[in-house]
Order: sequence, then C-alpha cells, then structure tokens
Amino acid sequence: MSKKLYSVFGLLIVAALLLAACGGAPAPSGDSSPAAGDTAAPSTGGDDAAPAPAAQTAAQGETLAAVVARGHLICGANNQVPGFGYVDADGNFSGVDVDYCRALAAAIFGDANAVEFRPVTAAERFTALQSGEIDILSRNTTWTLTRDTELGGNFTATTFYDGQGIMAPSAAGFTSLADLAGGSVCVQTGTTTEMNLADAFAAAGISYSPVVFEDADSTFAAYSEGRCDAVTTDKSGLVSRRSVLADPSAHVILDVTLSKEPLGPMVRHGDDQWYDIAQWVVFALIAAEEYGITSANVDQVRATNTDPQINRLLGNEGELGAKLGLDNDWAYNVIALAGNYGEIYDRNLGPDTPTHIPRGLNNLYTNGGILFAPPFN
Amino acid sequence: MSETVLPPLTERLTPLRWAYKNLFSTWYNALLTIGAGALIFWVLRGVLFWALDTAEWRVVVVNLRLLLLGQFPIAEVWRVWLGLALLALLVGNSLGIWGRKARGAGRVTIGLLVLLAALAIVTRDNPRLWLLGMAGLVGLGWYVGRSAGKAVERVVIAGWIIWPPVFILLLRGLSSASDVLPVVGTNLWGGLLLTLLLTIVGIVFSFPLGVLLALGRRSALPIVRWFSVAYIELIRGVPLITILFMAQLMLPLFLPAGMNIDRVLRAMVAITLFSAAYLAENVRGGLQAIPKGQYEAAYAMGLNGMQAMGLIILPQALRLVIPILVGQFIALFKDTALVSIVGLMDLVGIGKTVLAQPEFLGLQREVYAFISMLYWVLSYAMAYVSQRLEISLGVGER
Repeated sequence: MSKKLYSVFGLLIVAALLLAACGGAPAPSGDSSPAAGDTAAPSTGGDDAAPAPAAQTAAQGETLAAVVARGHLICGANNQVPGFGYVDADGNFSGVDVDYCRALAAAIFGDANAVEFRPVTAAERFTALQSGEIDILSRNTTWTLTRDTELGGNFTATTFYDGQGIMAPSAAGFTSLADLAGGSVCVQTGTTTEMNLADAFAAAGISYSPVVFEDADSTFAAYSEGRCDAVTTDKSGLVSRRSVLADPSAHVILDVTLSKEPLGPMVRHGDDQWYDIAQWVVFALIAAEEYGITSANVDQVRATNTDPQINRLLGNEGELGAKLGLDNDWAYNVIALAGNYGEIYDRNLGPDTPTHIPRGLNNLYTNGGILFAPPFN
Repeated sequence: MSETVLPPLTERLTPLRWAYKNLFSTWYNALLTIGAGALIFWVLRGVLFWALDTAEWRVVVVNLRLLLLGQFPIAEVWRVWLGLALLALLVGNSLGIWGRKARGAGRVTIGLLVLLAALAIVTRDNPRLWLLGMAGLVGLGWYVGRSAGKAVERVVIAGWIIWPPVFILLLRGLSSASDVLPVVGTNLWGGLLLTLLLTIVGIVFSFPLGVLLALGRRSALPIVRWFSVAYIELIRGVPLITILFMAQLMLPLFLPAGMNIDRVLRAMVAITLFSAAYLAENVRGGLQAIPKGQYEAAYAMGLNGMQAMGLIILPQALRLVIPILVGQFIALFKDTALVSIVGLMDLVGIGKTVLAQPEFLGLQREVYAFISMLYWVLSYAMAYVSQRLEISLGVGER
C-alpha cells in the first residue's frame, strides 16, 4: 500500500517539476490583438502562439550569401488565404504575398521561379523566421511594434494596407458609414473588431445597433440570413467570406476602412543588407507602377527612356544594384518577371478575379492611395 | 459433421415471414420500423440529391492530383507509380503464398483486381497504363506465390522489409545533380501520399519501439522499468497536437543556428514516439494475458529468457492484441490529419488549400466529403484485412 502511495507521490513530483519547467520557459509574445490576415485563414490555430525566446539574429550579409549559395529563396507563405496565398489546381503557389516572393527571387537570381514556398501557420511563422528555416516571411502578417521588436523580426514595407471593412447587400445601395445610420451591423464580440466599429461610428456621430456573436462563422451565418444590414471584419477576410455566401455578387464591400492592418514581408533582425533588398524590391514594384513601367513594356522603356530616375531604376545609369549587393538590372528583372505592383494586385485582387478588393489605400499616392516609393537615387 | 445443418422446416422463413417476424411482430415494432424507415429514406434522399445534383464535384476532379500527391512534380510522378507497382507485386505474391491457408484471400485478390480495373476504366493515359500494369503484377505475383510457395517466402518477407525504404528513396531521389532521380523536397510531398507515408512510417517504427517499451515496463531491471514507465506515462499524458507543436515550433529554437531538421521528418518522429507509448500498453495487455504456465513451460524446455519471450510468449501475446493494434493503427492513420495544423499539406491540409482557390471558394462540403470518403475506404480496408488475419490466425476461437 505504502509502495503504491510512494509511486503516486513520485508521479506528482515529476508532474510538478514539469509544470515548473514549463512555467520557467520564456513568456509568450503577449501580443493579444488578433492579426488582420489571420481572420481570413480558417482555423489555423491561435494567433501568435509562438513564444518569444532569445531571438537568433542574422549576421550582416549572411542571408543573401546563404540564399545565393543555396540557389533559391525560401519564402514562408500562407496556403489558405484566397488572393493572398494559396495553391492553384496545378500545384503552384499564387497570391499577392506569393508574387512578392517571386519578385524578390527575380531581383536576386533573375529567375522568378528560384523560390521554394514553405507554408507556415500563424503560430509557427515567427519561429520559422528566427530559426532560419525561411529567409523571408510573406504571409499576411500585420506590422505591429511587438512583432518588430520582441519577435526578432523587422517589417520591411507594407505590401497591402488591410483594414477592417464593412460588407452589405448591394441591393441596399450603401456606399459610406453615414448610409448605415440607424442600421444594424453583425460583429464578432470580444475582438478589436467590435471596438473599432464602435469607435468609428462614435467618431462619425452616427447611431447603429451592433448584433454580436461569439465566433466568425455564426457572425456571417447571421448576416447571410439577413439578421443585420451589414457585417464587419478585416477586408481580406470579407473577401473570402463573401465568396462563400449563396450569391457573392449580391454583396459589396464598402470603400470604408475602420482600422489599420498594414501587411508586409518580414525579415530577421541583424542583417541590414537583406532588409534593404527586401524593402527596395517592394519600392521597385511601386515605383514601376508610378512610372508606368509594366512587364509588357519594360524592354521598350529601358531602350527608349530618357528620365534619369527611371534609368537608375532599370540599371541604365548608376550602380544602385551593386549598393544592394545585387546585379544592376535587379529592378528590371523584378518588373519583367513579376510585373509592377498594379499588375500583381490586379492579377490576384483585381476586378476580374473572384477575390476583388477595391484598391482604396493600396493605390499610388497620385491616385488617392498611400503607396509611395522613396526616390531611386 | 462437415455438411451444413439446415434449420428445421418450420423455421425456414420466406422474406415476407422474416420481415413479419423481425420488423412487424408487435404494433410498436411496426411503428419503430416505419419511423426508422422514414428517417433513413429522408436522410438518404437528401444526401443522394446533394451528391448527384447539387454538389460541384469539379473542385475534386480538377484538384485530384493535388489531393492525392500534393505538389509532387508532374514529371516525377512515375516514381510514385513505380513504388506502387512494386507494392502490387508484393501484395499479389503474399496473397498467393499465405492465401492458401487463409480463408477469403481469394476474395481479397479478386476484389483488388476489380478495384484496379475499375480505376483503370475511369482514368486515362498514363495512370490507366500504370493501373493495368499493377493489376497484372498482382496477378503475376499471386500466380508465382501460389505455385512456388515456400521457395519464395523468404524473398517476399525481405521484400516487405525493404519496400518502405525503397519507396521513400524513390520519392526523395538520389541527389539534386542526378538526371534519373533528382531530389524532390519533402515540402512538395503532400495529399494522400503524405498521409500514407506518415502512417506507414508511424506503424513500422512505433511497433518495435512499443514492443520494447512493453517488455521494458515488465522488466526486472529497475532502470529499464523506470525509464519505460516514465516514457509511457509522459507521452500518454500529452495530446498528440502538443507533441507536434513541440516538434515544429520549439525544436528549431533549441537547434544551433543554421541547422534545420526536415519538417516531414520531425512530424514522422513525433507520430512514431507518440504511437509507441500507446502501443506499449496494448502489448503489455497481451503479455499479461499469457498464463504463468507458459513461461514455466518455456523455461522447463531449456529456453533462455530471450528465447522464451521471442518464441513462446510474444507470438501468443501479439496474436491476442491484433484487434487492439489494428484499432490503434487506424486511429494513427486518422490522427496524421493533425499535421495540417502545423503547416504540413497532408490530405486535410491540401484540402484546406484547395478551398482557398478563388474559383472554388465555398465548396467545403464537396472537398471534405471526398476526403472523408478516402479516409473511410482506407480505414475499412485496414479493418477488413485485420479481420481476415484474425480468422486465419484463429484469434477469438480459442
């Protein structure tokens, strides 16, 4: 009898030790706000459940050297978000985030296919980046302070300004928040989404009645049953939810943005050269659209152009590529092989796709958006 | 008493009398029958109407290669087929050799041939040729096994042992420079192929590990016993998903920088270690059921401990627990779906990916119905084979 008791005690002690060991592990990231893109991905597990251990940092120049030696880029991507990252029927990765990685591969190797996509979940994405399993994380990840510091990564630039949006039946003819005055909005409770909604209506001085639900599925189920006039969540999430509705074409996403969810590629701390490359590839995509350079006319522009800015961008003048550690025609390769920002956007989220999102903020500053590339000098 | 004994004349029933006796014997039985019948009709009608009319099966047809093989390069798919062809030969051969003793082996062989032929009819081009080739190999293997019998037995057993590594080598390739077998990274393995690989590796490796742990737990050596107990209880006390999370998320942080262990390999190891703990307890159950007299008899014959265990005790113990082990293997097969949560594209993972294709959004029911059907067919096949195995080994008859 006492022998049995001893073994029970022994087990309890072992269990206690284990618990203590777990308690002593590094604290979780403490980032409690739900990430924008995550809501679009059905059941990928929690948000950033990844712990924040002593971040491994990359040495200067190490990443590019490793990528070049390997012969291809490894890109941490999403495989479950329509329009941003998914696998098409031929087995190829597609989407805005995916095309960015192709552009990066084009800048480094002059080959947009020199990239291996590694699907990473929301939980493991930062770990995968820190441990060097992936060279770059391009997976609808919201730029926040915590992630930029504690999680050992650096956001390079914003490739998609997501934000909380509102969807309503097109028959209702809503175009702005004011049209929803006195109406009801389906929203998921206990999220920043609910708070953002209240803030936006309060700021505009409009009355509305929120209809709250515990989870996203019941929120959208209620909306499709017509229990509220409109529904709100992140815009990229609205797009995928709309496509699941009985008649997707009968619903519109209003050109209204209630919160800031900047999504962009992220690299590891410590390697500034790699950071610069990742960042300037984004800028090259945006600048190319601004200058009207597309994958179709880039050869012609390179041959006939006289604008010094464009000449430097395309490598006709100066040594901009060398400063990044790349070939001088890096930006030419990006545009020729992956297209400019507008082409990538239209290919994945444009009006001709089932996942159409109005460009809104994601337009050039010259067209009413906030996309702005620093000068190529 | 070998001829079948017919029931007495009065008890031989016409279908009508059978129905009366079993379904409408009393008024409440009749009521239940009508109620249940209506329910079955209602459910079946809904399901059939959906499956044949409403459902858009195009999503499955277009993505079939993705669902079965993941992103495995189309130019290298012949390697999968070659592996399957070798398997077909082995299966046919085994059925030929051991089918002579087991009842129902003939039926399994014919069923397999019919299945392969049916698949060959609905497919085209290369898959059809491969499937016909596989059917031929099953037949050839069966014939050789049947006629040669004992002579090829050892060869076939050796074949079963080397098939898994050969198959994995075929999939993985030799080196990236190789022209014949270029490396196909595990990130491109997916769909049913990955699910089956995880299952096969899990079963093949957890079985010996589990048996060793079971023996260890009953060992007289304290260190071995304590280790086995600690291992089994620790693993059994943790859900599989946390072990997978540990393998995929925590492990990379403990490894030195720049050192990466393949993700698929990590999942395989995690599943194997998890399954081994449960298997150990199942095997221990079998060991405990062997009467002490068997041990004493073995020692009385002059066998040493190792021989007694290997020749007398384990064969009996394992035979006893076949139903439990098969149940565990079926559970393992379905548990592999959890790897989709840690970012691997197994059957469920690839299904989620297919659902994100803009042209097929909202077709969850079709995709998940197809995946469920695949799981059911394969699970049932495992269960059926195990039943045959039990009958041929006489489990439950003694």
